[in-house]
Amino acid sequence: MSEILTKSRARNVFYGGSLFFVVVFVAMTVHSHRYIVETSTAGMPLTDEVRLGKHVWERASCINCHTLHGEGAYFAPEVGNVMTRWGVLDDPEGAYEMLDGWMQAQPSGIEGRRQMPHFDITEEEMRGLAEFLRWADQTDTQDWPPNDAG
Amino acid sequence: MKYQSQKVAYAYFLVAMALFAIQVLGGLLAGWIYVSPNTLSELVPFNVVRMLHTNALIVWLLLGFFGAAYYLVPEESERELFSVRLAYIQLAILVVGTLGAVVSYLVGIHGGREFLEQPLWVKFGILVAAVIFLVNISMTVLAGRKTAITNILLMGLWLLSLLWIFAFINPDNLSLDKMYWWFVVHLWVEATWELVMAAILGYLMLKMTGVDREVVEKWLYVIVATALFSGILGTGHHFLWIGTPGYWQWVGSIFSTFEVIPFFAMMSFAFVMVWKGRKNHPNKAALLWSLGASTVAFFGAGVWGFLHTLHGVNFYTHGTQITAAHGHLAFYGAYVAMNLAMFSYAMPQLRGRDPYNQVLNMASFWLMTGGMAFMTFVLTFAGTIQTHMQRIVGDYYMDVQDQLGLFYMMRFGAGAAVVLGALLFIYSQLVVRREVIAPGPIATPGE
Repeated sequence: MSEILTKSRARNVFYGGSLFFVVVFVAMTVHSHRYIVETSTAGMPLTDEVRLGKHVWERASCINCHTLHGEGAYFAPEVGNVMTRWGVLDDPEGAYEMLDGWMQAQPSGIEGRRQMPHFDITEEEMRGLAEFLRWADQTDTQDWPPNDAG
Repeated sequence: MKYQSQKVAYAYFLVAMALFAIQVLGGLLAGWIYVSPNTLSELVPFNVVRMLHTNALIVWLLLGFFGAAYYLVPEESERELFSVRLAYIQLAILVVGTLGAVVSYLVGIHGGREFLEQPLWVKFGILVAAVIFLVNISMTVLAGRKTAITNILLMGLWLLSLLWIFAFINPDNLSLDKMYWWFVVHLWVEATWELVMAAILGYLMLKMTGVDREVVEKWLYVIVATALFSGILGTGHHFLWIGTPGYWQWVGSIFSTFEVIPFFAMMSFAFVMVWKGRKNHPNKAALLWSLGASTVAFFGAGVWGFLHTLHGVNFYTHGTQITAAHGHLAFYGAYVAMNLAMFSYAMPQLRGRDPYNQVLNMASFWLMTGGMAFMTFVLTFAGTIQTHMQRIVGDYYMDVQDQLGLFYMMRFGAGAAVVLGALLFIYSQLVVRREVIAPGPIATPGE
């Protein structure tokens, strides 16, 4: 073993092999990038409203309580399919009203219940957030989550 | 301590330990909010507490890596650091950035990409600090002796700094955002950080076991080869449900299964080196942490990672408490414990004393490791129930969470043990200063 596997051979395998996997990975990433833009997220246009919604989502750091497509914190419900759960995936006005109604009612203040903070969000931003969540919901996520519960 | 400039590591380790305390206290608070959800809900909401918990962790681990590099590179390169002043400037930038981030979070100014919530100026600060660090360390290594340990350490640190660029790239398309976000998150903890971890482990083994350098270095290359061969395409296990193509399900499943190998190899490496080594090194605490780190990393990152990495399983477990269980044990074993191993090894020398009074340090190991193991078990049980009720039966999230209260209480208890262990560790490093028995005047009879 020690004659076949010398330190310099081990080093060369490490450098060469890593480079190989980096190249493969980059190629697959390029393909995935195009697939995302052209196929999996192409179901709904990426409008300025959606962009605004994403900024609102980030500014409030929603990800540190909720999950979105299963990623984030595990303190609050999945929101990648929240519009499906509410039955308003194809209804922008209904989506806005549901979201606005929900968020205006927070925090509930109920003892022993997890509390969602109150966020100062303008109507335009709230509409953007609703569109962003609708946009995320229409992404082809390989049929994840398994059911509407998220 | 052979070289004067190694002393900068001391400042890095002190700041790292302070942040470690903040991190675990933040975690304890977050754990308490799970038990008693109204706690601070208006003043410091859960999302802010969690940002402090995760960000403090990441920064102190990085400070530990930087400190470790400043400590071991002079010895490996057999020369003083390129610039001690640069090392302190780098630390100052990081401290200011960290404090700035904490204050921003508390007043509600933050980004919204998980773990990368730092305000833009802090991100730039980190970039500048990283560049200073790379220049400083690279100049030292280039001018001195080159070893496999410094090669691997430098490669890991260079690559992780380059990947930080993706922290600035935030596409409007959520799926693209997620894909590139993993370039930082996954390729840090499941690729480049593993190189740093392996280099530190190799250094500690070399110093404490007395095994031949040639043997240590050869196996180091084998370990890091398995880490990158599996870890790079293993990124695919995060590309399962975020809008990326379906082929990632098989690529991710297969290669992330291989990700167990480097952790198994590191564990085996550590034990074999200790058995083979003839040296009876007096720093038993550092040895315990080294063996413990590689073992817990194998279970936390390797076994608990494999538990939910196959796409057929992950379809149901993704984003449940199973993920939380894995995340906690993996980070603790691979990076927290390995950093603490390095602190335990270096601190006595940085403070110019023998490694005596190790009992408290070793007790802190068992307290923290026991606490983390218990936390991992209860979160795994909670996650199993959650997966069944929510993903199979289809019960709503909050209805399921209401059933998990007992587990969250036990998790809080486990967290309290970890906090106690962490504080004990810090105490054992800083406060215990005297020999076990101070050589004083002979006790006078009758007293």
